[in-house]
Formats: sequence, C-alpha cells, structure tokens
Amino acid sequence: MHFGPHLLLAALEGLVTSAVLALTALGLSLVFGVMRIVNVAHGEFFMLGAVLAWAISTAISGHPAVGFVAALVIAPLLVGLVAFLAEWLVLRRLNYNPEGTIVATIGMLYIIQQLALTFYGPEARPVEPPLNYRILLPWFGYSGYKLSVIAASAVLLVITWLVLTRTKIGLIMRATQYDRETAQAFGIPVERVYAGVFAIGAMLAAIAAVLIVPISQAHYLMGQDPLLLSFIVVIIGGLGSLRGTVVAAILIGLSDGIVSVFFSPTLAKIIATLVVAMVLVFRPQGLFGTAAR
Amino acid sequence: MKDASPAKIYALHIGVIALLFALNFVLPDYHQGLFARIMALAVFAMGYNLLFGYVGLLSLGHAMFFSAGLYGAGLAVYQLGWGVPEAFVAGVACGALLALVIGLLALRTSGVAFMIVTMMFAQVFYLLILYFAAWTGGDQGLVIQQPSRIIAIGGASLDLTNPTVRYMSALALFSVVLLITLVLVRSRFGRVLVAIRENEERTKMLGYDTVANKLVAVVASGAICAASGAAYALLFGYIGSSFASVQYSILPLLWVLLGGAATILGPLIGTLFMYYVTDITSGFTSAYLLIVGVALILLVLFFPKGVLGSVRQRWLGWLP
Repeated sequence: MHFGPHLLLAALEGLVTSAVLALTALGLSLVFGVMRIVNVAHGEFFMLGAVLAWAISTAISGHPAVGFVAALVIAPLLVGLVAFLAEWLVLRRLNYNPEGTIVATIGMLYIIQQLALTFYGPEARPVEPPLNYRILLPWFGYSGYKLSVIAASAVLLVITWLVLTRTKIGLIMRATQYDRETAQAFGIPVERVYAGVFAIGAMLAAIAAVLIVPISQAHYLMGQDPLLLSFIVVIIGGLGSLRGTVVAAILIGLSDGIVSVFFSPTLAKIIATLVVAMVLVFRPQGLFGTAAR
Repeated sequence: MKDASPAKIYALHIGVIALLFALNFVLPDYHQGLFARIMALAVFAMGYNLLFGYVGLLSLGHAMFFSAGLYGAGLAVYQLGWGVPEAFVAGVACGALLALVIGLLALRTSGVAFMIVTMMFAQVFYLLILYFAAWTGGDQGLVIQQPSRIIAIGGASLDLTNPTVRYMSALALFSVVLLITLVLVRSRFGRVLVAIRENEERTKMLGYDTVANKLVAVVASGAICAASGAAYALLFGYIGSSFASVQYSILPLLWVLLGGAATILGPLIGTLFMYYVTDITSGFTSAYLLIVGVALILLVLFFPKGVLGSVRQRWLGWLP
C-alpha cells in the first residue's frame, strides 16, 4: 500500500479510537467538573460495560444485532446502578474529600477488577458486531461497523451537549458545578445531582465500551488504557471543559492511531504521557481550558 | 501534643529493633523469609510516609523511585558486574537523582494535579522499562544469580542468599532508615514539613522557603524508597517491570494508611499486617486484590488515621 492510503487507514482507525475516547473522557470530565473528584475507577466502569455486553449478547440468541442492541441498553444501566451505589455507600460518606475519594476509588478499581476476573475469567472474548458489511474504498475495504461507531459517538456527544446547555437538568448540573453552596441555597438537591452525575459518567464509559467491544474483545484488564488516555484527554482539554474534551479526544485519538501505525505503540505511549505530564506541569489549566477559579 | 522525654522515644524504637533481631532466632524458616521481605518493603513504606504523612503530598508514582533503586542496583550487578555495595549505592543514587528531577517538575503543581503528574511520570518510567526490554528484561524480568550476590569483606564473605544474612541485612537497612526518619521528623526540618502540611501559606509567610523544603523531602523520600528497591533486588535476586507498575505505587499508600500516616512505626505495622493478611488469605482464595480494595475503602471510611494514628489519639499522645 502507498503512503496516502496507509495514512487514510491510520486516520480512520484513529477516529474510531477518538470516538470511543471522547465518550469515556466526557464521563470522567463530567464527574470531575461537577463533583471536583478524580474517579480512578472510571476505567473499570468501562471494562464492566464491555464484560456485561458480552454476557448479555451471549445470553440472547437470534440475530447478533438483537443481542447487541439489548447490551447497548442494559449494560450501561447496570453500570450506572453500580456507580450510583458506590457513590451512595462510599463517596458521600467521605464528603467528597479529594484525597479520600482517590483512595476509595482505587479500592473500587481493585474490587471490580477482581470480581470480573473471578466471574468472567482471564480470557478475552469477542462480541459479534450487529452489522457485517464492508465499505469498499478504492484502496481497501473498511468495516462499516467501525464507521457507525464514529457516527453513534458523534450523536451521543451532541445529545450530551444539548442536555447540558438546553435543558433544566443541564442547568441544574452547571449551577452545581459553578457554586455548590449557592446552588444548595437555591433549593437544588446537590446530593442527588452528585449521585446522578457519577452514574451518568460511568454510563458514558459503559456505552463507549459496548460500542468498542465488537472491534476489540472484552477482557478484565481492558480498563487500564482508557483510564490513562481519558486522563490525558481531560487534562489537555482542560479539566471540566466539554468542548476541550472532545477536541482533545480527536487530537489524541488521531495522533495515537497515526503514530502507532508508523512507530512502536510503546514509544507512542511514552511520548504522549510525557507530553501530557509536561502540559500539566507548565499549563495546569489545559490547552483549551480557562484558568482555575 | 504531649511531650515525652527523648529517652522514652528512642527506647521504644530501639526496643522494636531488638525485638526484630530476636525474632530471627525464633521464627520458623518460612516466616523468617517473609519477615526479611516485610522489613525491606517497610523501608519503601517509610519513604512514602515521609512525603505523604509528614508533608501531606499524595504521590501515586512512588513505584518509579522503588524501581529506580531496583534497576539501578540490579542492572549494575547484572549488566556491569559490579559488587554488591557499589550496586546498592548506585541504586540509591539513581533514586535520589530521579526524585530531584521529578520533584523540580511535579512540585510546580499541587493537590490533584500532583497525584496525576506523579502517576504519569511513573507510567513513563514503567513503559521505558518495557521499551528497553533488551537491557532490562522487560516484563519477564532478570534473575540475579547467587555468585554475584556475595559481598567480600577482607577475607570473609557474606552470602546474601543465606536466610540469616538476608534477614540481618534487611534488619540493618530497616533500623538505619527507622532511626534516620525518627531523627529527621524530630528535627527543625521535620517540624517545618509538618507546618507545610498544616498550612503552606502561613509557613511561607513565616519566612520558610516551602518549595525548597518540599524538594528536600521529595529527594529524601525518593532515596529511601530507592534504598528499599536496591535492597530488594540484591536480597531476593529478581528484578522485573511489575515492580514499576501502578500497583506498586498504591501498595505503600495502603500500608501507610493502614499503619497510620505520620507515625514512625506505622509503615512497619501496615506492611506486616497487609503481608500476613494476603499470605493467609491466598491459602484459600486467589482474590487478593479484592482484599486490598475492600481494605482501602474500609480504611478511608472508618479509620482514616490508621492503627497507630488511632493509638496516638486515644492513649499515647507522645508517639512520634
């Protein structure tokens, strides 16, 4: 293959990564923005979504699409429930103290990972894609499913943006983010908002995982990379900024896709991580964010 | 804080060291080996505690300092054929140098950003070990053979693979670090560190250079953790990339939280307790991470001060 088509292929692969990454990182960013806590277990909610998707789609017989759609609806709801319980039982009692929540979410990370290993096992298992046609480009055929992942992610991002900016729920969330105490004084049930945001954040990660699982298989350790990449995206995009998160996800996903086609993936990760650490050191508000209040 | 005579404090800690010395002759073989490991790793926890407990800086990247010592010493022996003492010094120097660089960068941030930055630098360090697998052995790791783990002093030779020599070497390192940290936190410098933890702005206003003090603390903490890593490589003869993974950044946090942050003996108690809990439970379940996870959550919920922290609060106000 020549350089041009090769680059196009790398870019398409990168866009699929970006699409999934944007959803996952958006969940992390939402939780950080509204609740001011860092959720280290975010990657495990992603993994849980993928593992549940496998369980649901194998339990339902018939056309693969039926099982997949069921997984796309049920898995995020279950993950949201788990996150809601975790928030209610643990984080609320810690009063959202930043260091305490980090330690507690590290604990959740281990618990979820170990339970997945015990009940799901160490194997990587595939989920059948709901649609199976290839789009023929002049140079190579490309999976139609991958393109629909990009589309689905874009739609979900727009919906989230509309909810945040155009609805009452979004207004309440933004008010809580802006000033927790004033919001409470105006009668906003801050605790319920927090529980909801934590659940929605986890659900976004789970949706992303269900979308990616027909492409890359479900595995109990699959939460590690998305966690680190989401951190990277959220930091580059500016903590708590939705637009920055999406732009950064596209940037990171594309460069990750392109760099790892042409160079060693380990080297790509080293460079990306180092660059982001330096961004955080020298420009803590992120590349697109505004200075912290 | 109630004041106690220094004599009482030193007596307590020397008593603990004497107890550990006596245990060598009492413990069965298996537990003797386990205790040597625990003492070497308790040094790691003490290094972590210096920064987390006394300065209040929560790092999620201390595995890089531990593995800087591990690889600094291990590779010096394995690849360069150095002797054990030189390799140990090389390991500690690697850790201190790395801590200086990381400290200069990471201390520009604070709070949540500090945790994420340290975690990312540690991740880079971990990936570098994998990337240079030809030299470091990657995730397979390297085994340091017995002949290169013998110290020759004059005519006599010390074989670090001998259980008693291993136990005593671990104890020696543990005792030295225990006494160093004890003197350190009771010194003027130690008081400044605690003042920074309690209120950095006020400490700055009182005329202390808080950044310089924090940097010294990071380097001291990194060097102690590297000493633990170097000792681990030389005593147990295995170096591998898993020691640089995120998990090894989180374990010292767990040990310190369990034993009691900002207590001198807390790290030992935390390491001892966690090691035996995983050792006993691994007999009937492989789900040892589950126990770590549950322990972390229960600790932050119900015992945020840890074992010795609670003891100090209730009964022994003078405990350093």
